[in-house]
Amino acid sequence: MAVPFLAAILLAMRLDRGPIRTSADATRPGFVLRDATAQAGIHFVHKRPSFDPKIAGVEPHVAALGAAVSVADFDGDDWPDLYFTNSRFGEPNALYRNRGDGTFEDVAAGAGLADLNKPGEGVSMGAVWGDVDNDGREDVLVYRYGYLSLFRNVDGHRFEDITERAGLHRWVNSNGAIWLDYDRDGKLDLYVTAYFRNDIDLWHLASTRIMHKSFEYADNGGKNLLFHNLGGGKFEDVTDRMGVGSTRWTLAAASADLDGDGWPDIYLANDYGPEELYHNDQGKRFTLVTSAGLESESKSGMSVTLGDAFNRGRLDAYVTNISERGYIFQNNNLRVNDLRESRRFRNVAEGAVADAGWAWGAQFGDFNNDGTNELFVANGFISADRNQSYWYAMSKIAGANARFFEDASTWPAFGNASLSGYERSRVYLNRGVAGWVDVAERVGVNDLYDGRAVALADLSNRGAVDVIVANQNQPATLYRDQTDTTNHWIAFKLVGTRSNRSAIGAEVTIESGGLVQRRVVDGGSGFASQNDRRPHFGLGKREWVDRVVIEWPSGAHQVLARPPIDRIVTVTEPAR
Amino acid sequence: MSDATRTTAVAPAEANLLARLWQRTSRIDPRYLIAGLVTLVLLVAQLRYHMFGGYTRLVIALGVCMATEAALSWFDRGRVVNLQSAYISGISLTLLTKPQGNALWPFVIGGFLAISSKYVLRYREQHLWNPTNFAISALLLAAPSKVAVLSHQFGNDLVTNLVIWVFGLVIAKRVGVLHITLTYVASFLVLNGLRALALGQPLFPELAPVTGPMYQLFVFFMITDPRTVVKGRRRQMVVAALIALVETLFRLMSDRGVPMPIAFSADPALLSLAIVGPLAKFLDVRRATVRAGSPS
Repeated sequence: MAVPFLAAILLAMRLDRGPIRTSADATRPGFVLRDATAQAGIHFVHKRPSFDPKIAGVEPHVAALGAAVSVADFDGDDWPDLYFTNSRFGEPNALYRNRGDGTFEDVAAGAGLADLNKPGEGVSMGAVWGDVDNDGREDVLVYRYGYLSLFRNVDGHRFEDITERAGLHRWVNSNGAIWLDYDRDGKLDLYVTAYFRNDIDLWHLASTRIMHKSFEYADNGGKNLLFHNLGGGKFEDVTDRMGVGSTRWTLAAASADLDGDGWPDIYLANDYGPEELYHNDQGKRFTLVTSAGLESESKSGMSVTLGDAFNRGRLDAYVTNISERGYIFQNNNLRVNDLRESRRFRNVAEGAVADAGWAWGAQFGDFNNDGTNELFVANGFISADRNQSYWYAMSKIAGANARFFEDASTWPAFGNASLSGYERSRVYLNRGVAGWVDVAERVGVNDLYDGRAVALADLSNRGAVDVIVANQNQPATLYRDQTDTTNHWIAFKLVGTRSNRSAIGAEVTIESGGLVQRRVVDGGSGFASQNDRRPHFGLGKREWVDRVVIEWPSGAHQVLARPPIDRIVTVTEPAR
Repeated sequence: MSDATRTTAVAPAEANLLARLWQRTSRIDPRYLIAGLVTLVLLVAQLRYHMFGGYTRLVIALGVCMATEAALSWFDRGRVVNLQSAYISGISLTLLTKPQGNALWPFVIGGFLAISSKYVLRYREQHLWNPTNFAISALLLAAPSKVAVLSHQFGNDLVTNLVIWVFGLVIAKRVGVLHITLTYVASFLVLNGLRALALGQPLFPELAPVTGPMYQLFVFFMITDPRTVVKGRRRQMVVAALIALVETLFRLMSDRGVPMPIAFSADPALLSLAIVGPLAKFLDVRRATVRAGSPS
């Protein structure tokens, strides 16, 4: 009897090192991600904010967000540009114009988008781009711990602050915002997520009772807001009328027509709580779906990205959470979209893809152009003293009744401790039924920064998916995708006519020799990030695309037959 | 009849009903009461907070525990014993074990270790470890990269907490182990309060862990396990206090950054019981044996 007993203990020790046999093949990923940050001339370093000294003990935790990156072709030259936000008073945001030769120049100051972090206004937490007035130029909303700011793109070089007249001068402690056209009227509406309550000014605290009232199912966060675009540069707060004012400490949102009824739904990743899906009832109202399988798990949702994980022509959701050796394994969620069949998502995250440490921004992208999506996941929370971990302190309060800890002054002081610091990003290779395998080190992703936002873009218009990571209180990173050149690809630049000009929310499905894959034009996703608006598809060895179906936000349905491949195809929405 | 009269007339009737219920519970096998309580915790945890992360885990843990118990008892004693103990172990494992990557093997190995420890780690025909405590401690030490312990809350819902504490205390009283639970809780509060004072740390975070669900399972099901506690009310209280003391020492070592396996920082209560409990039981059994063997 003792033999199997000892064998069981030895087996547990062996399994601690990893699976005995892995079916997913990590060899030959078919791409390399090369750090080209310096070569590209990107020298952005994020600075974290400082807040009211009353919460000095937990400031490293409260001030641990704000590194964001979004992609937009703001000058209309067909080269994707990059916008990074900063989070300390006096520190500038950076707008990197893509010169088209692999290098960038920071033009934020001249554009009027640099000096946005000021006392009384707050500090930037991120930005999201979209053509709000359908004039063919991408405008930008900057969200802060502070006031929202909407900037109109005047001429592709300069921006004008139109926040006041747009009716958006609102104080929101926000970590995310997305554009969507929820009522399909051809104008982009705005959904802003809120983290801390919106009556809290983190620099002038009336009370230190600002934290979550529970580590699970907390609902005392800031109220998310939905603004309807009335046209003429004006917005109207329709949050209550539309039923989307969640107060669940939302860190990220994404939108797409997830249930195939033609109307864009909203998916939320909430810290200290379950994810939420708001079903769009034909633009009249949103309904919180309580039976989609999301409500059953209260984790720490850090980001949400939508992508076709298994080439079913559906958009699945990947939500990142927290895992730390010995203390907690919340596990990330890879939720397969079965809404049309069973009105539910199925969480299939197992093994490597479920544990990316303290995971933040994540994005689906086909880095090797083989026709299946990989996943890039940034991670790491606070990298400070390597010899001090706050996890022991966190373990004392995380499992306890947290009513005491709604008051930030009762938390154990952070000092210079790390909390899930120095973690290496994950790059998960998709091996289908064999599972996902982390190939980060193999493909060249070795940095230990505290990654937050991840954005994907084909920065050189060459059919490769580059990765831009905004790191908290640290330098940004640009990874150039050196992909397998024998694989084919196709990408689409969509121009809306009846739909919003940016085509945000348009969904593209390609069919190519048995391959089916779907993507949505990104109005903001992941964590504090926004991808290239041009959906990119790898085709593997397939030399043609049979059919492309575009479902425009207006409801228009467009079919393209045999489009040319290995290029970016521009498609304009048919007038009728 | 005035309201006051009616109240006084009803109150004794309710009191009698409670008294009858209380007496009736005395005829129930204590193991049924404990099984009932752990089932209550399971139902509250799952139905209200979806705490255990999938019914597959429950089926596997229960299945492995009960199958192992049935097989080993038949092999050891020639008959299948009552499976209630295995049932309690299976549910406790399901609630407490949080695997990395949604792995299921910790429930298989954990279930097997829990039950087989009763047959392998014995001294004079008595097992020394609480089965669930042994299994989880072994997993935490052997596989810290793959297994963690429940760190959820009952949603900070005071009603849920109250229900579990009230039922727990009532059943502990009926089973005759309330003094163990109370001694441990009191010792935890005093010792960790002193630790906070000595280190100049805020008091709340040091006392907070005892309000969590993991500790509820710990104080109602592990340290009070009738088969592994020592004999004698006073000795039981001393052992409970010692468990709290050793746990406080582990916490102090964590405060000071003393290098040790991560389980001692993450789950000091479980590790403390895994060390103090069997040692006390061993000495208790040996003392009883020596006494029984000594000439009168």
